[in-house]
Amino acid sequence: MIASGAGERDAAATPVGAAAPTVIELLHIDKWFGPVHANDDVSLAVRRGTIHGIVGENGAGKSTLMSILYGYYTADRGEIRVNGRTVVIRSPQAALTAGIGMVHQHFMLVDTFTVVENVVLGAEGGLRLAHGLAKARAELTRLARDYHLGVDVDAVVGELTVGHQQRVEILKALYRGADILILDEPTGVLTPQEADHLFRILRRLREEGKTVVLITHKLREILAVTDAVTVMRRGRVVANLATRDTSTEQLAELMVGRRVLLRVDKAPARPGPTILAVDDLTVVNGAGLARVNGVSFALCAGEIVGIAGVAGNGQSELLEALAGLRPIASGRIRWKSRDITNDHQALAGRGARRLGLGHVPEDRQRMGLVTSFAASESAILGYQDDPRYNGPILMDHGAVIESCRRQIAEYDVRPANAVLRTSAFSGGNQQKIVLAREIDRNPALLLVGQPTRGIDIGAIEFIHRRLVALRDSGKAILLVSVELDEIMSLADRILVMFDGHIVGEVAPAEATEQAIGLMMAGIRGDVG
Amino acid sequence: MAITTATLRVATPLVLAALGGLFSERSGVVDIGLEGKMLGAAFAAAATAATTGSAWAGLAAGILAAVTLALVHGYACITQNGNQVVSGMALNILIAGLTPVLGHAWFRQGGQTPPLSGDARFAGLELPLANNLAGVPVLGPIYAEILSGHNVLVYIAAIAAGVVAWVVYCTRFGLRVRAVGENPSAVDTAGISVAAVRYRALIASGILCGLAGTYLSIAHTAGFTRDMSAGKGYLALAALIFGKWRPMPTVLACLLFACTDAVQVRLQGVALPLIGVIPVQFIQALPYVLTVLLLAGFVGKAVAPRAIGVPYVKEA
Amino acid sequence: MSPRGRPAEIPAWADLALLPLLNLGAALGASGLLIVIIGEDPRRAMATLAAGAFGSAESLGYTLYYTTNFIFTGLAVAFHAGLFNIGGEGQAYIGGLGVGLLCLAAGGLPFGLVLPLAIGCAALCGAGWAFVPAVLQAKRGSHVVITTIMFNFIASALMTYLLVNVLIKPGQQSPETREFAVNTWMPAAHEMLGWMGIPAGVSPLNLSFVCAIVCSILVWGYIWHTRWGYELRVLGQNEMAAIYGGISPARTIVLAMTISGALAGFVGLNEIMGVHHRLLLNFTGGYGYAGIAVALMGRNHPLGIALAALLFGALYQGGSELAFEVPALTREMVVVVQGLIILLCGALENMFRPFLAARLARVVPAR
Repeated sequence: MIASGAGERDAAATPVGAAAPTVIELLHIDKWFGPVHANDDVSLAVRRGTIHGIVGENGAGKSTLMSILYGYYTADRGEIRVNGRTVVIRSPQAALTAGIGMVHQHFMLVDTFTVVENVVLGAEGGLRLAHGLAKARAELTRLARDYHLGVDVDAVVGELTVGHQQRVEILKALYRGADILILDEPTGVLTPQEADHLFRILRRLREEGKTVVLITHKLREILAVTDAVTVMRRGRVVANLATRDTSTEQLAELMVGRRVLLRVDKAPARPGPTILAVDDLTVVNGAGLARVNGVSFALCAGEIVGIAGVAGNGQSELLEALAGLRPIASGRIRWKSRDITNDHQALAGRGARRLGLGHVPEDRQRMGLVTSFAASESAILGYQDDPRYNGPILMDHGAVIESCRRQIAEYDVRPANAVLRTSAFSGGNQQKIVLAREIDRNPALLLVGQPTRGIDIGAIEFIHRRLVALRDSGKAILLVSVELDEIMSLADRILVMFDGHIVGEVAPAEATEQAIGLMMAGIRGDVG
Repeated sequence: MAITTATLRVATPLVLAALGGLFSERSGVVDIGLEGKMLGAAFAAAATAATTGSAWAGLAAGILAAVTLALVHGYACITQNGNQVVSGMALNILIAGLTPVLGHAWFRQGGQTPPLSGDARFAGLELPLANNLAGVPVLGPIYAEILSGHNVLVYIAAIAAGVVAWVVYCTRFGLRVRAVGENPSAVDTAGISVAAVRYRALIASGILCGLAGTYLSIAHTAGFTRDMSAGKGYLALAALIFGKWRPMPTVLACLLFACTDAVQVRLQGVALPLIGVIPVQFIQALPYVLTVLLLAGFVGKAVAPRAIGVPYVKEA
Repeated sequence: MSPRGRPAEIPAWADLALLPLLNLGAALGASGLLIVIIGEDPRRAMATLAAGAFGSAESLGYTLYYTTNFIFTGLAVAFHAGLFNIGGEGQAYIGGLGVGLLCLAAGGLPFGLVLPLAIGCAALCGAGWAFVPAVLQAKRGSHVVITTIMFNFIASALMTYLLVNVLIKPGQQSPETREFAVNTWMPAAHEMLGWMGIPAGVSPLNLSFVCAIVCSILVWGYIWHTRWGYELRVLGQNEMAAIYGGISPARTIVLAMTISGALAGFVGLNEIMGVHHRLLLNFTGGYGYAGIAVALMGRNHPLGIALAALLFGALYQGGSELAFEVPALTREMVVVVQGLIILLCGALENMFRPFLAARLARVVPAR
C-alpha cells in the first residue's frame, strides 16, 4: 500500500508541494569526527509546507546533519540557507532565531515543571514570570486548538504519558515561532495509537504552512506522511525523491545498498543440542515501555544466530537481559533444558560465567574494558576470582600477565605488550582483547554485540574468522549487529528485530538485502 | 519570650546561609562551602568595620568576600568541571586558615579583629511605636519584645526569606535556576547558557552568605574571632536538605534548628517530667541526626535537584 | 566523554608526575605570595620551616609523629571505590574512643595483649562509624558526603557528652578521663631507641608510626595485589564495567568505606594510646580533613601518600616553629597551604593541563 499525503491535503493559499519555494537548503555539508566522515558532501533542499523525510540506517549521518542544522555542531564545510538567505548557525539560539525548532529523540524537558513552565523556558518574556505564563497559556490554548496538540497546560510534565510529553516538545518549538520543525525518530517511544495521532498533528502542521523534517528508519512512516524523502547512506545522500514516486522496496534497497560482502569462507553449520531457549521474553525500560516484546527463539550448539535490525529496536536490551545485566519482566529462559529465569540474577556476572556464558558487550570501552587499566588487568575482568590467577590471598600477577601474553599472541594483538594501558590500543585490538578473554573461557554460548564497530578491515576479518572457528568447535553464538553484511556473512540463521519483536527469520542463502532491509524497516515480507 | 528572641537571633545567619546554598544547589552545584563563605565574610566585615569605623562598609566588604569565594568555587566547578565537593571543602579549609593568619598579621591580636563599638556595629533597632504599643494586650508584647529590638540584619533576613521565595518561583531567573538543576540539556537547547545561569546562582549565594557572615561578626558579636562560624555553615546545609531545597521549608528548618539551640541553653541541668535531664549534647546533635534520618528516607523523602553534582559537559 | 569534554591529552609521565608537581608548586607559590603580602620573606619562612621540621632529632620525631596521623587519614580517604570519605574526623574520634575504653579497662593486662586488642578496637569503632553512612548510601541512596559530614558532628557531640558526663575523672574540671595504666601506653620512640642504646630527642613519636607504615604496605598489597582490591579499582574507574564484571557496587562500597573508617580509627592508637594516655576532646584536630589533602597530593597511592604525609608532617611541625620564630605568621599558615593544595590538586587539578599539552606537543613528538 503506497500512502501519500496528497489526497488529504486541502488546497491552501500558500504554495505547497512541488511548487513551493525551498525553505531550507543544505549545500555541500561536510563533517568529520576524527577519522569518521559523518557527512560527506551532503546537499538537500526542503520545500516550504511539506513534510520531508530523511531515512537511513545507523551511521548514515542523518542525526549529525540535523545537529548541524540545529546548531549543536558546526559543519567543517558547506552552507546553510534558510528562506534563500545564508545563515550561520552555531548554537540552538541561532537556530531558533532562524525559525528552526527541534523535537529530540530524548526529550529536553524538565520533569518537575508544568507544561506551561517548560514551554516558557527561554522565552519568558520579562523578569516577572506571571506575565509570561499568562501569555503562554493563551497561546498554548490556541495552538492546541489549531494543531490537535491538546494537553493539560498545568500538568506536571513528569506525570504525562510519553505521547503527551512529545506534544509538549512540539508546543515548545511552535511557541518559539518555529516555522520548520525537525523530529528525530519520534515514534521510537510511542505506542501505535500515539504514533497515529502524531501523524495527524504533522499533517495539520503542514496544512498551516509549517515545514516538517522527519528523521526515521521506518519506511512505513515515510510513506504515510511525507511528501519528499532523502535517503542517506554512510554519510552521503544517495537519493532525493518525491514520496509518491517511490515504494518501500526501492527505499529499502537504497537504504541498505548493494554492497560487496565480506563473505567468510565457512562450512555449513552442524547444529547440535539446544543450549538456550528463550520463550516470550519481555524486557521493559524505566518508563514501563516494553523494549523487548514477547521474543522467542532457540539457540543450538554449533550455530551462529544473527539478530539484524536498526539500533534501538530492542536488540541491546535483549542482549543485556540474556547476559543478566537487565531484569526480565516476563517470559522464560532455559539453559540446556534447565529453567534459569528465576535464577536470572544469578546470571549476572559470576553466575553467567559459571554457567558457561560469555559476553562480548556492545560498548567495549564503557562496559567491556577498563581503559585506564593495563591490558592484562582488562583481560581478567569478570574472571578476577579464578583460582588460576589467585593464591589464597594475593593475586598472582605473573599468571595474569602470562595468560594475557598468551591471548595476545593467539589473537595477534598489536602492540604485543600485556602491560600497556588498555586505552593505548586501537579499537580493533581492544576488541580482540575482549574477544580473547571471553573465548578463552571456552563458553558454551557466546553473546556478541557489535563486534566490529569502529574497527579496521584487517581486524574485522580476523574477528569474523575467530567467531566461525568457535562455532565449528561446537559452541553457540548469538550475534547482534547493525551491520547487515556482517550478519549475512556470519550467521547461519538470521532473525530480524523491529520494535521489540522478531519480525522474521531468514536463512542467509535465501536472503536478499532488500528483503531483510524491509523487515528492518518495519515492513513484513508478506505485506507489499 | 527570651527563647523566641534568642531563636530569631540564632536563626538569622542560618536562614541567610541556607538560602544562599539554595541558589547554588538548585542550580546543580553542590555547595559544601557555606561555612567558608560565612567565615570569610565575617572576617572581611569585621576587619573593614574596625579600620573604617563603619558597619555598612563592613557589610559591603563581607558581601564582596563571599561573592569572590563563590566565584572561585564557580570557576572550579563550572569552567574547570572539577569535583564540587572537593572544591567546597578546599575553600572551607583555606578560609579557616587564611582568616586567622591575616587577622594576626594585620591586627596582632592572636587572629582576632579589634572589638567594635558604636557605628562599627549594627546595633539593635527599635521598631517605630514599640514603646507605645507595649501596653496593648497580647500583640503589644509580641511587637515590642519579640519583633522589635533586633538589629537591621535580622529584619533583612526575614525579608530575604520572602524575597528569595519570590525570586525562585516568580521570576525568570528563578525558573532558569530550577531548570538548570534538573535538566541542563533542556536549558541548553532552549538557547540559554547553562554556565551563565550557574554563575549567577553562585553570585546570589555569595551575597546571601556574605550577609550571614557579616551578621556574625559585626551584629551578633562585636568582632571576628577564629572559627567563629563554628559549624553554622554545615548546620545551614543540613537545614537546606531538611527543607528539601525549598525556600519556606528551609526557613522553617532553620528556625527549628535555631530553636533547639536556644532551648538547650535553658534546659541545661533542668529535669523534665518523665524524661529527666536531657544531655545538652543530645540536643546539639539533634539537627544532624534529623538530617541523616531524612536522607535515609525515614522522615519523608529528600529528592535533590536531579543534575546536582554533575558537571555539565555537552554530549557528542 | 565527548570530544568537547575530554581533557587535553598529555603523555602518561606528565599526567602522573609533572601535572601534580605543577599543582603543588602553584599551591606553594600562592602561599609564598601570601607571605609576601603579610610582609615577610618567603625564603626565610621556608628555611625556618625546614629547620623546624628536620633540624634536630627531636623535631624530626615530632614531624614523624604528625606524619603518622596523616598516613592513617590519607589512606582512609584514598581507600575508596569512587566515593569520597570526608568522615575521617568522626571516624578517628570514635576510633580513639574505642582505644580509650579498652585502655581504661585493660589495667592489668600485658602490653603484648593490649596492643592487638587496641588495634582491633580502633579498627572496629572507626569502621562502625563509617559503616552506617556506607549502608545508607548503598541501600537508600543517601549521599555519603552529606551523611559523613553529619556523622562528624554527631561524633563530636557524642564524645563531648561522654567526656563531660560519663568518663570524666571524678573531681576534675577538664573533660578528660583519668590517665591510663602504664602497661597500656604505646612505647615512645625515644624509649625504644633508648633500649637499643641510640640517643634520641624526646618527642611524641611512638610505635604507632610503625603501625602506619605497616598499614601503608597492607593497603598497597590489598588494592593492587588481591582480587578484592581489583574489584575496588574497577568500581572506582567504571561502574558499568564493574557490573559487567560481576562486581556488586553496593557490597563493594560498604566494604571500602568500612575499611576506610578502620584506617581513620587508627589515629586513636597514635593520639590516645601513644601521646595523651587519656581520652580527651578534639584530639583529631583537623587530621581527618588534612587526610583529603594528603590523599589528593599522593594521587591515592600508598607511596605517594606516605610522601605527602611526610610533607604535611613537616608543614605542621615546621609551621609551629615558624609561628614561634616569625611573629607575623601563625600556625594557621599550615592550614592555608592545606586548603590551597586541596584546591589546586583536587578541584582544579586539570587547570594546567591545556597549558602542558600545548608546551609538550612542541617538545615531545605526538604519539
